[in-house]
Amino acid sequence: MFKDITLGQYYPADSVLHRLDPRTKLMGTLIFIIMLFVANSWQTFCLVTAGLVILILLSRVPFSFMVRGLRGIILLLLFAGAFNLFLTPGKSIWHYGIFNITYEGLKNAVLMTVRMVLLIIGTSLMTLTTTPNQLTDGLEKGLRFLTYLKVPVHEIAMMMSIALRFIPILAEETDKIMKAQMARGADFESGNIIRRAKAMVPILVPLFVSAFRRANDLALAMEARCYNGGSGRTKMKPLKYARRDGISYLFMALFLAAVILISRFMV
Amino acid sequence: MSIILDHVTYKYNPGTSYETTALSDIDLKIDDGEFVGIIGHTGSGKSTLVQHLNGLIKATSGSIYYNGQNIYDRDFDLKDLRTQVGMVFQYPENQLFETTVYDDVCFGPKNQGLDKKEISLRAYEAIRAVGLPEECCDSSPFELSGGQKRRVAIAGVLAMKPAVLILDEPTAGLDPAGRHDVLELIKDLHKRRGETIILVSHSMEDVANYVDRIIVVDKGKIKYDDVPKKVFRHLKELEEMGLAVPEVTYLMHDLKSMGFPVSDDATTVEEAEEEILKAAGAAGVR
Amino acid sequence: MEKMIEARGLKHEYIQRDEEGNVTNILTAVDSVDLDVLPGQFISILGHNGSGKSTLAKHLDALLMPSGGTLYIDGMDASDEKNTLPIRETSGMVFQNPDNQIIASVVEEDVGFGPENIGIPTDEIWERVEKALKAVGMWEFRKRSPNRLSGGQKQRVAIAGVMAMEPKCIVLDEPTAMLDPDGRREVIEAAHELNEKKGVTVILITHYMEEVVGSDYVFVMDAGKIFLQGTPRDVFSKVDLLKEHRLNVPQITYLAHKLRMDGLDIPEGILTRQELIEALRPYLTFNA
Repeated sequence: MFKDITLGQYYPADSVLHRLDPRTKLMGTLIFIIMLFVANSWQTFCLVTAGLVILILLSRVPFSFMVRGLRGIILLLLFAGAFNLFLTPGKSIWHYGIFNITYEGLKNAVLMTVRMVLLIIGTSLMTLTTTPNQLTDGLEKGLRFLTYLKVPVHEIAMMMSIALRFIPILAEETDKIMKAQMARGADFESGNIIRRAKAMVPILVPLFVSAFRRANDLALAMEARCYNGGSGRTKMKPLKYARRDGISYLFMALFLAAVILISRFMV
Repeated sequence: MSIILDHVTYKYNPGTSYETTALSDIDLKIDDGEFVGIIGHTGSGKSTLVQHLNGLIKATSGSIYYNGQNIYDRDFDLKDLRTQVGMVFQYPENQLFETTVYDDVCFGPKNQGLDKKEISLRAYEAIRAVGLPEECCDSSPFELSGGQKRRVAIAGVLAMKPAVLILDEPTAGLDPAGRHDVLELIKDLHKRRGETIILVSHSMEDVANYVDRIIVVDKGKIKYDDVPKKVFRHLKELEEMGLAVPEVTYLMHDLKSMGFPVSDDATTVEEAEEEILKAAGAAGVR
Repeated sequence: MEKMIEARGLKHEYIQRDEEGNVTNILTAVDSVDLDVLPGQFISILGHNGSGKSTLAKHLDALLMPSGGTLYIDGMDASDEKNTLPIRETSGMVFQNPDNQIIASVVEEDVGFGPENIGIPTDEIWERVEKALKAVGMWEFRKRSPNRLSGGQKQRVAIAGVMAMEPKCIVLDEPTAMLDPDGRREVIEAAHELNEKKGVTVILITHYMEEVVGSDYVFVMDAGKIFLQGTPRDVFSKVDLLKEHRLNVPQITYLAHKLRMDGLDIPEGILTRQELIEALRPYLTFNA
């Protein structure tokens, strides 16, 4: 059912990772990505992978949920892998007709694939342990410095959280409108692409009309509750760093340092 | 000519841990030309039930026959069924999308593949049937009042000339005058065009004055299926299902249980008036 | 006593313009309305769709500016833009569509939205949220997503959201129009309870006649004007006048009226079943 769609596929559980401040997790993800691009040898990758495995175990999220994110991009992975494998010039180790595999190509393909897989799993780990609301809160506070560059951080965060609230409502509404048009004999399944695209008009127009009406109502309701932009607002659930966040930052720093050192001096 | 439901069961998310039974083992027969009210609390399964009748929802088990044909047969034309069993959804004005009222009403007949002349004929007829002035045809449906929009939406379904018309909460959100107008319109359609009408509602009060037969749905099952008067006798049970019975029915019930010589069958103000006058007259006061 | 609301000749015009900005049509939605509401009263404003009652309601929360006349809310002049925010703090508003006024994805966060906006310290927000949710009986739902609540429950959350701002007055703009009978009862009961227990002034705008029976005073509107006002009993005794304006009276009141017209000695303005039974007793006991 449409109602059950949750964005960012949060997995509710009680773990250290779930309790961490969203800013810590955002920063952690950023550092993790940096590490992935600094890493250039199997030793460093082993270290990064080991770190990730420990985090996954700490998060108490079943491993199958992590892999789920990979399913969607498996084609992309294969394609990128093959591209690297066959098109990197260097020392040939095997060739047949126009296919030529080089040592460098093999290395690039493996590194590239491992990098992508780790990247997807790492970021899913963050979205699986952080509710969308915490994520918006974390972004709002974590990116507050951007307000000095005239980026409307509060407004963007507010937009994101309102979107999160209305996605399930609009999804359900789409379902209803679709049924209503089907009851009037509309056909969404047959015909070529152009015909099908045209068949969407009776769904999209009512959906837009409804979205605008809702936006209008919501604006009025927010005004009535004294919403006046971000200034002067207090927070019901202010983000506060706890001890565990400090410890996490320390670990992250050490880990990053280790990865950089290994990749620079031990290869 | 009839609709028959035979042991129809519908489950959401069957086979998963989220499985919920919305309808269980429904047997039902609706004959041609009937005016039926389907009453139930929010979440009772009444809307799910009627969406089976034109094949928008497919039963998890059981069969549905329209004019003797099983609608789940492979060669059965579901698209054709939907034009024969017309369905006006809750807040139907939310489905309007064309630039003019006329174009919107044409949408159904166009999907039926009718020729231009027939489409236009049916559209004008439907617009007239719902009591909209002809000037409305060229105006945008979004500029009309709430009650008028609803009429346009009903016209959009009528234009397909369905043999059966299902209306899901057609009075929701309207004010008393608007409610009265829409119900009168439906009654009038039934009388003039002889369509089978199935009115879905949670308001006994609205429905009592109009329908010939009431089907009460509760927790996915049919609890009562009878003429209104007989259904209203189950005052206590209806209340437990969260259904509001007309105030006058309560009054007559109270009067009778206090020992006054009135019948508790009255469901409308007029019937109650007559009963009380009769009793008062018999008492010799007048 | 200082009046909560005082309107004199209040007027609101919607001005329609064509592409060049020339005025094509002026629609007077609220026309010379006088309104007096005392603190702690439960007031109802009745009228059918398009009678101007919702436009009037928006003035009471400074969401619209008067086009003419005067309006004072808790002593503040609503025509003065400086008073807009203070008025919105003094008087809260609940709207018709339950979905379109809930901002957050968790019940308690939505109730906290108003207090956040007016800069209440964090600890006090939590206190207020708890108090408000308990007052409408939604405390055990605080961690839920609003999408999983019934219409009546959503409206109670919306009321709690207003209550958490601790207003002196709540305006409910057709809060039950989209609800089923159960939801309607829930919301009206919650409103009465707030009025009785917390002393909040309540202004209920509705087209359901049954809902105004428990009010202290009723205003009835049509075409932007108040054409009838008084206690519910006074108002419902004018059956013919209400019918003329395409408004109903509650079934029991209507039945009593008809029986009176039939010659039975029944007082005008019967509101409840019990009252009618009492009035009928002399006619019927004889036979019982």
